Amino acid sequence: MAVKPTNKEPYQQAYYPPTPTGWTRYMRTFLPWQAFRFLVINFKMLKLMSKSHH
Amino acid sequence: MSKIVILGAGISGHTAARYLNKWLGKNHEIIVVSPNAKWNWIPSNIWVGVGEMTEDEVTFDLAEIYKKTHVDFRQAKALSLNPEGSTESDKPFVTVEYTIEGRAGEVENIEYDYLINATGPKLNFAATNGLGPEHGHTVSVCTASHALEANEKLQGHITDMKAGEHRTFVIGTGHGMCTCQGAAFEYIYNVDHILREEGVRHMARIVWLSNEYELGDFGMGGVHIERGGYITNAKTFAESLMVERGIEWITRAHVSKVEAGKIHYEIMDGSQHVQEFDFSMLIPPFAGVGLKTYDKAGEDITSETFAPNGFMKVDADYTPRPYAEWSAKDWPRTYQTPKYKNIFAIGIAFAPPHLISKPMQNANGIAINPTPPRTGMPSASMAVAVAKSVRDMVNGAEQPTHTASMAEMGAACVASTGAHHLNGTAVTMTVFPVVPDFEKYPDYGRDMELTTGEVGLAGHWMKNLLHHTFIYQAKMKFGWSVLPD
Repeated sequence: MAVKPTNKEPYQQAYYPPTPTGWTRYMRTFLPWQAFRFLVINFKMLKLMSKSHH
Repeated sequence: MSKIVILGAGISGHTAARYLNKWLGKNHEIIVVSPNAKWNWIPSNIWVGVGEMTEDEVTFDLAEIYKKTHVDFRQAKALSLNPEGSTESDKPFVTVEYTIEGRAGEVENIEYDYLINATGPKLNFAATNGLGPEHGHTVSVCTASHALEANEKLQGHITDMKAGEHRTFVIGTGHGMCTCQGAAFEYIYNVDHILREEGVRHMARIVWLSNEYELGDFGMGGVHIERGGYITNAKTFAESLMVERGIEWITRAHVSKVEAGKIHYEIMDGSQHVQEFDFSMLIPPFAGVGLKTYDKAGEDITSETFAPNGFMKVDADYTPRPYAEWSAKDWPRTYQTPKYKNIFAIGIAFAPPHLISKPMQNANGIAINPTPPRTGMPSASMAVAVAKSVRDMVNGAEQPTHTASMAEMGAACVASTGAHHLNGTAVTMTVFPVVPDFEKYPDYGRDMELTTGEVGLAGHWMKNLLHHTFIYQAKMKFGWSVLPD
């Protein structure tokens, strides 16, 4: 017998923060996109380092 | 010929040693003193703590590496400094006690012309009764051997869960004055990830327990990043990550005592609470290693050179001021000690002028606020700047020639949230500057173009790349000096 769904409890800790959509979760491990992000992250870190040395 | 002594061979000490060896090693004497035989890439300890890496993958033998260089490595712990020498000699020296087998307990005075204090922290488990793997009830990932022990216990619980037992995991900080929330943050997600991989996540309750006022503080007062058309605080993202993985959280907590299976903590209103656990990894607070300082006559002048928490006073502005009057200018730039111009302190060993997060006290007067992080990238940047200054001073410069203020440098933090080459993820965060500068960046204290964050597989690749790059670099293999620090 199927379990009867109950209302999601409001006013709880887990009720308020944003949660990622399926698309966001998919893109987090979608290889072509992540390969591009890998390059972007490398670029950002190099930029950060170049601004940090005095 | 100058004699340069470096105390400590962690990220900052070993970085300084590598560069000083390269620049001055042929003509000057460089001595590295460290009580540990092995170098440890600490950021990867969290992977040892979940069985994804072995101890050998995150450590290597220091003596073997230094054998290839001009560095004279002494496996010993520093006990005291005599920056003015003694009644017999004007030459400053550091007193060390050997820890290497065969010479253990032997005490020696090592003279120096320049001293770099990079001793790192004392893991102060004793600050909380019952905390820590040696005399307490919690595990740690602060050293590779601690992480190994943490994994053994974790695997035991996984076996029990497979047999139908429910388990509660509590991960976070073990005192109101802890720093290094990032390590606990990574560990909790890696525990979650491994429990999912083992198919037992539904048998586990996972709880984050920390001294942060809000999630995502990390001892830096939190960060703001631009995302989805809004400037959003890291609290939102940190909470989102926890909710997504079914992790509960308790913040603003000072752990006062740990008993077998019970963590006693108090929160901002002063109320006392108990959190039960089967497995708990709580980061200890850090203190200085307890070096003493003596003047020429042998009088104890430790209070002149070290702050009460045991960290060394450098060129920071230590004048006590309320939070609203803190300035980026309070932070040290050269890491030279004010009284002794030939002594520097870098990495965790230097005394910050104040917190970065806003100081908070609970109703019982207990401080519950993260202390400033100064590990990883900032540690290495300080080491390179001080090594350059010492090089130039040895060659005739009167003052330090390079600076590395935490209010003028950025930091990148890649926090693993699950190790796997195809479905792993990590949070990649860049922050510039580490210490907010509200004069320069009035809105959020930071450059919003260089302060970013994202979650994804690319972050895991990045963390993996950093692991291999930094170990390659630390082993001083071919071309190490062209790699970024």
